[in-house]
Amino acid sequence: MKLKKGIPLIDQGNSLGFWGGKFGGNFVPETLKKPIEDLEILFNKLKKNKKFIAERDKYFKNWIGTPTRFIKLENLTKHVGGAQIWSKVVSDANGGAHKIYNATVHCLLAKRSGKKIICGDTGAGYAGKMLSMAAKKFGLKCKIFMGAKDIKRQQPNVRAMKKNGAKVIPVYSGSQTLVDAVSECMRFWVANCDTTAMCVGSTVGPAVFVRICGWSTSQISRELKVQLIEEFGSIPKKLKLYNCVGGGSSSFGFWNEFMDYDKKQCEFIGVEAGGPAKSKRHAAPLTYGSKIGILHGAAQYVNQNSDGQIEETESISAGLDYPGISPLHCFLKDTKRARYTAASDEEALKAYKLVTKYEKLRPSLEPSHAFSVAVREAKKMSKNTIVVVNSCGDAYKDKNILRNRLGKKYA
Amino acid sequence: MLNPIDLAFKKAKNENRPALLTYTVAGDSTKNQSLIILNAISKHVDILELGVPHNTPVADGSQIQTSAYRAIKNGIKIEDIFWIVKKYKKNKNSKPIILMGYYNMIFQYGEKKFLEKCKRVGVNGLIIVDLPWPENKSFIKKCQKKSIYLIQLLSPTTSKVRLNKIIRDSHSMNYFISMLSTTGGKLKVSSKKIMSNYFKIKKINPKKNVVIGFGITEKSIKSLKKADGLVVGSAICKEISVSIQKRQNPVTNVANLVKKLKYKIL
Repeated sequence: MKLKKGIPLIDQGNSLGFWGGKFGGNFVPETLKKPIEDLEILFNKLKKNKKFIAERDKYFKNWIGTPTRFIKLENLTKHVGGAQIWSKVVSDANGGAHKIYNATVHCLLAKRSGKKIICGDTGAGYAGKMLSMAAKKFGLKCKIFMGAKDIKRQQPNVRAMKKNGAKVIPVYSGSQTLVDAVSECMRFWVANCDTTAMCVGSTVGPAVFVRICGWSTSQISRELKVQLIEEFGSIPKKLKLYNCVGGGSSSFGFWNEFMDYDKKQCEFIGVEAGGPAKSKRHAAPLTYGSKIGILHGAAQYVNQNSDGQIEETESISAGLDYPGISPLHCFLKDTKRARYTAASDEEALKAYKLVTKYEKLRPSLEPSHAFSVAVREAKKMSKNTIVVVNSCGDAYKDKNILRNRLGKKYA
Repeated sequence: MLNPIDLAFKKAKNENRPALLTYTVAGDSTKNQSLIILNAISKHVDILELGVPHNTPVADGSQIQTSAYRAIKNGIKIEDIFWIVKKYKKNKNSKPIILMGYYNMIFQYGEKKFLEKCKRVGVNGLIIVDLPWPENKSFIKKCQKKSIYLIQLLSPTTSKVRLNKIIRDSHSMNYFISMLSTTGGKLKVSSKKIMSNYFKIKKINPKKNVVIGFGITEKSIKSLKKADGLVVGSAICKEISVSIQKRQNPVTNVANLVKKLKYKIL
């Protein structure tokens, strides 16, 4: 299994949509074959279309707000005393997280295909919030599927979705989290694919959704590359890119433009959600060696039992609380291009406290996982090493959890 | 020798009626009870579909989901499902059995080992909801070697070109999904429209049997009786759920429902 150079990773799958011959694919009910094929044809055409790209860039620039900041965390660097710690503040983007890129592109595609309604899943509520924003912007009706447990713990985003006119549909089956929301959203699409477009909220699902999402979030690394060259004159000799990984959309987007660099120069570190320290449950299939299986239309490493039933996950961070992982990341793991590890709930909370103590930055619980590992490892690195953490979401949505776990001061 | 599935269709045709296919979830509500239900409905039914419950079923509506979650909660494992089939096949009135489920469970068990086990306990056919054509091409061949039919699903969204290719590669039975819906949705198109789509499919290869499923209930079954076979699933799963709620005996209630369904298509 090998990565190819000079070809975007999203286009390295085979004719059936498998990366490395075994990750991804299209394990979908027959009814969805046609709408998926239609979407593939549309996307393949438009991603080469200069007018469409110009349109995308116009909205990215004027509406989402590009580029998001690239800042040095001076105080944190001093405190840690090792590598230079920087952050790409993707939470600057309109709406407060990277999910806006994918949502915008899906709405642009839906408009082109003549669909009037768009449905989507959400865990932390960011994918849903952004889809509701983009749907409103582009005049589409919007339906968001969200686990009942997540609705309770991510209220600020639920309110935002409703304010944008989206219908939020609670999902009560299974663990009542992201995995069930994605299933229910797919079921809705099965029954309504003639009138409705579907947006999968991360680089998961049938192959075309993995590709569209990766194509959209790659905006992050396009910006970062320019910013690194502006700051250092060239791509640093020792660059470490830390990102949390749930489904894997922000991390993929954060790394994509650096894919062809040698990993000795430009290392990718993905941080999964290890769950509560005392619990056996986690959302870290790559770190803990879960077996390959099929979830939501794609072959991937996924938490499951010996019968092939998908296992329940547990994480303080709703956005990472997913038993599977993008086929792109499975491929990056097996080709050893990226390294994956996990941070526990407690470690993420500790990192949040540390970052907010030293910097004017409030990473949500998802990137706090990445900060935890970045800070720990940066200590042992030389001063000319450039550590960049993608702060891909803002902690506003987590204020209830932060108040409960860390006290009023942190909410 | 004809596959027992073909024999079942032949018998129904001789009686000038569509074959009646039922769907129940293996292990709903318990391993033993689902076996008792199969035995109780066997003589009224031509082919029995047995659902392999999965906990992330992307094509099933609420009734079948409820049944599947109930079975999993009550501890059903894949080996238990083989046990149910094996026991059922000892029934003198036993009918062909089709296992219906999601690919991950077969993938984890191992395709080869799964098919061997199916063969040994007496499974006659398989429906794998999320392994469509052409992804299933190699699996079709593996099934063929064991004389197990892999039943292909056809949908109202399946294009003409695709229909031709799927039917060309299919075994002698295919399954037409009546409408855009998960299982158990309310019939949102007319029976006339469904039958007109059905005959278009039938014309591609009249020798192959095509059954219709999704959304068929006691009310609608009669209007579709010109098909080779009709599948009732969610309505039966619902009957089990309601019986449990009302503290009635699901076995008697399901058997009565199936008898009524059969009467409607005679």
